[in-house]
Amino acid sequence: MKKYNDTGKKDTRSGFGAGLTILGETHPNVVALCADLTGSLKMDEFKEHHPQRFFQVGIAEANMMGIAAGLTIGGKIPFTGTFANFSTGRVYDQIRQSIAYSHKNVKICASHAGLTLGEDGATHQILEDIGLMKMLPGMTVINTCDYNQTKAATLAIADHKGPVYLRFGRPKVPNFTPEDQKFEIGKALHLQEGSDVTIVATGHLVWEALTAAETLYQKGITADVINIHTIKPLDKEALLKSIAKTGCIVTAEEHNYLGGLGESVARVLAENNPTPQEFVATQDTFGESGTPEQLMDKYHLNADAIVKAASKVMARK
Amino acid sequence: MNYLNDLVVQVRRDILRQVHKVNSGHPGGSLGCTEFFVALFQVLMERKDGFDMDGKGEDIFFLSNGHISPVFYSVLARSGYFPVEELNTFRHINSRLQGHPTTHEGLPGVRVASGSLGQGVSVALGAALSKKLNKDSHLVYALCGDGELQEGQNWEAFMFGAAHKVDNLILTVDYNGQQIDGSTDAVLPMGNLRAKFEAFGWEVLDIEKGNDLLAIIEGMREAKTRTGKGKPICVLLHTVMGHGVDFMMHTHDWHGKAPNDQQLEIALSQNPVTLGDY
Repeated sequence: MKKYNDTGKKDTRSGFGAGLTILGETHPNVVALCADLTGSLKMDEFKEHHPQRFFQVGIAEANMMGIAAGLTIGGKIPFTGTFANFSTGRVYDQIRQSIAYSHKNVKICASHAGLTLGEDGATHQILEDIGLMKMLPGMTVINTCDYNQTKAATLAIADHKGPVYLRFGRPKVPNFTPEDQKFEIGKALHLQEGSDVTIVATGHLVWEALTAAETLYQKGITADVINIHTIKPLDKEALLKSIAKTGCIVTAEEHNYLGGLGESVARVLAENNPTPQEFVATQDTFGESGTPEQLMDKYHLNADAIVKAASKVMARK
Repeated sequence: MNYLNDLVVQVRRDILRQVHKVNSGHPGGSLGCTEFFVALFQVLMERKDGFDMDGKGEDIFFLSNGHISPVFYSVLARSGYFPVEELNTFRHINSRLQGHPTTHEGLPGVRVASGSLGQGVSVALGAALSKKLNKDSHLVYALCGDGELQEGQNWEAFMFGAAHKVDNLILTVDYNGQQIDGSTDAVLPMGNLRAKFEAFGWEVLDIEKGNDLLAIIEGMREAKTRTGKGKPICVLLHTVMGHGVDFMMHTHDWHGKAPNDQQLEIALSQNPVTLGDY
């Protein structure tokens, strides 16, 4: 069994900020926009180094999306920054018409996604954003799992032509993927070799999936663990290859089971190789106030929940 | 000038014939802005030959009230962006001339999709910022409807434009006082638009004769002299919806309705062929 080391807890949003700072130096056409959350999005350094390429738009997300679309005309590569809720649901029609339908090269960078936003509660904890964004034709949807991966993804999307939704979070979580990784959009990462059950996880649930795999291993069960960071386009081949070995699958995400990674996976399975699947996800509910740990526990989005789902799905084989 | 006047009449015919053929589309606002589009594309804008999305080194234009696509398409075609015959495909299946303008089908001259209202000013601001970053001294023009100003995003954009001194943008408001459900005053009165734009930090000009080519050219040239001075420019263009067809004027009735055969005949007789129909 491969061993993954937490090199120290870090927030994924800081990975985004670090990536953006590098892009400031390497990509002169990258510009950044923020709707009054510069500190929260870790965009301060970019702002400080490139004040002429940073646009503070105030608390006006709809306008921010439109301005970003306009900036692409003339060759700029805009990165917008605000919370995931205000990056998607609040501005859906602006993204739909001015960005997605218009094929604009905008990078929508969304922090504080999901329950782990914590104490602010359900008004700010979006659990529907993956679904909203993946339904838009031409939109690439990425949900990163740790600091290093978020930094690598930030760099990668600058070189990808087309609109991208990059989803990350607020809390400090284990940083375990390689610092020097090359991020390949649409390419799943195979983290653990196993033959009894496939566990496919995205975002903060990836570390939980690895922890769950260790627990299962103690029970004599080997799990094939896959990190899907790109929900759209989905790495179909990686999924089918894994279930050919295991014959059952658990998907894990910090998102509603409706519209999330699990549903995307289910479609691939239904079309190619119908397979028992269990969903570790929120069950069509809003969140609430609490610490990230309390919330992930209450809503069953952790290693324990994945272990239980694995046992359940294996029994269905 | 004779040519421009002829073109205005021909564009009116194009608008009427496009919407009549598919029995759908928006003739009222299109007719009201005919002179403006002709002046903009034929006289005012510094344009390169051909079309590229980035529009570097030329003036560029954004239509926010995308439903007046018939006038936009006619003037684009008659300004050389695509074959005039293509107007025959307006709103047809597999056409580049969608009901509302889009980049999706790659129609030259269109830089963003519009139709869902209130988004174009933000996009134009972004393009104007892009020009500044590229040290491109050309201007960005945009047109929006007056009823469209009821969309809140516009006011976010107006605040931003002034705060960030986006002074290479000339926004024209088609001030015809009409919208789908009635007059703007009846639907949701907008009060003193000039005072509102001024309060938001914009430089404001009125063109009282918004259907008079010379008045438009003169007014827009004046607007251009006021660019580069730290403020975005707003032109309140006082137009008559349905201008040029007597029974379509001064009413919201023809906002989104096509003429029948008999109505078309009357409307075209008031605008006899000049440059030739497509």
